[in-house]
Amino acid sequence: MTLPPVDELVRLDGIGVRLGGREILRDVSLTIRPGEFTGLIGPNGAGKTTLLRVILGLQQVTTGSVLINGAPRAPRDATIGYVPQKLAIEPDMPLRVRDVVSLGLDGHKFGFRLPSRARREAVSDMLTAVGAQQYADARVGELSGGEQQRVMIAHALISRPRLLLLDEPLANLDISSEQGIVSVLGRLARAEGIAVLLSAHDMNPLMPVMDRIVYVAAGRVAVGSTEEVVQPQVLSHLYGRHVDVIRVHGRILVVAAAEDDYGDDAEALDAGSEHARVVT
Amino acid sequence: MHYIFEPGFFTSGPVHVALGVGTVIAITSAVVGVFTVIRGQSFAGHSLADISTTGGSGAFLVGINQFWGYLAFGAGAAAFMEMIGVQRRRGRDVATGVVLGAALGLAALFLYLDTQSSSTTGVSFTVLFGSMFVLTPSTVPALIVSALLALATVVVLARVLLLSSLSTDIAAARGVPVRAVGAAYLMALAVSVALSAVIIGSVLSTALLIGPAATALRLARSPVRAMATAAGIGVAAIWVGVVLAYDSYYWPPAGRGWPVSFFVVTLVVGGYLVAYLRPRPSRAAAAAQEILDTEQACSAA
Repeated sequence: MTLPPVDELVRLDGIGVRLGGREILRDVSLTIRPGEFTGLIGPNGAGKTTLLRVILGLQQVTTGSVLINGAPRAPRDATIGYVPQKLAIEPDMPLRVRDVVSLGLDGHKFGFRLPSRARREAVSDMLTAVGAQQYADARVGELSGGEQQRVMIAHALISRPRLLLLDEPLANLDISSEQGIVSVLGRLARAEGIAVLLSAHDMNPLMPVMDRIVYVAAGRVAVGSTEEVVQPQVLSHLYGRHVDVIRVHGRILVVAAAEDDYGDDAEALDAGSEHARVVT
Repeated sequence: MHYIFEPGFFTSGPVHVALGVGTVIAITSAVVGVFTVIRGQSFAGHSLADISTTGGSGAFLVGINQFWGYLAFGAGAAAFMEMIGVQRRRGRDVATGVVLGAALGLAALFLYLDTQSSSTTGVSFTVLFGSMFVLTPSTVPALIVSALLALATVVVLARVLLLSSLSTDIAAARGVPVRAVGAAYLMALAVSVALSAVIIGSVLSTALLIGPAATALRLARSPVRAMATAAGIGVAAIWVGVVLAYDSYYWPPAGRGWPVSFFVVTLVVGGYLVAYLRPRPSRAAAAAQEILDTEQACSAA
């Protein structure tokens, strides 16, 4: 018996999430297909993490439906790999990098397993694929933020998921680590046909690899190509206030006029530069 | 040989029981302890030990073996901690100030009443610092069975415990019942603390839990090797401690053996200090080793 071909890894239909009386997400619909690199972009507090948690089955929806591979999500679904936000691995965490990656294979299983050569090789191959082989035997707590991200990407990918979710993997990284992570993800998405859904408050570092954008603001989303979505009228509708899109030096800045009477004072909605402030 | 093993060591019944039970408990404590250190729950272990003191001293009052007191109070405290979420920092602060204070206050009362009613001062000492040479034979099977249950629990949960200590969100997304696993682990920890309390006393029990595990995690790099190393250190501390305590009968003041808990805890702490002061392989050295491994693998192929 074979299953019918599935060309939608994830399908959200009109989902809404209320938490403690607050509406976090409203009428969100989107699909994710194999091999697509999707940027989940929006200011802090817009609902990006909640949207990822819905797909992971960690957050129940108040309305709407969630389908993974065309069916309601199974408790031990191996379709999706996940790299959470703010890993908070303490500096004295004694696990080695290769132990962390190995847990990606079967860390959810009960019982005991002795080390094996095949597993060791699978872990080494995965670490090489994300460019982390040189610190395979280091303790994960001793690594920098960018190095830990690579390790967690290896951890998420070693079980061969078809979709990889990453929550703000570029936050607090220096520019070269940021570019390193984006190019590793872009390469793996192309080479292995893995769909990637990555949340970020700044879309600019993702421009070289992003196929599609899901822009989140005020609990609602706009989905499409960057050209379709990042337009003043689309984003103004989403934010519920006037928004300008400025393209400068090859970068895109989303800027809103301040709501009160400060005339032409403006604040950037995307943290496009160090000085930009996010309005939510 | 004669100077190490004083006359009668190998024929003494209490010594056999102490070594047998001590070995099983040392292995259990060490293995449970590795997860306690990795999960950053040493504080929970210490809280359970404090609360067990109350149970142990209360057990004497009502005339049952102190192990059941340690176990009942430890397990009750573990359930309570799970309920209020003492793992969270704020809940932890409140628990430190209020619950542990209240428990130790009650222990003070129970120990006072113990000494009044039993007319021996030995009770306080037994509860606080253990009684390896005077283990009640009828509780030995219960001690062994409890130890094996706690050990089996952490071995079965080993991988999910490691994954959820890395990230509870990842574990939950992969279908691990994170809350239930955490509760089961805390119960195993409570049992392990109660067992250590029997042999080295409730206030010292975390030494046998955390000491060998923390030392092993500095020496061994993989979790499996850390567990084996910790068990080895724990067992060695118990055996050497028992031998020294037996010998100390001939040390000044003559005719009064020194407490075995003193030797065990001193050995455990000494071991940790040696591991701590030992120069650790740096990341550069680890990377160099990795290159060597790869080259060997290549040349072998």
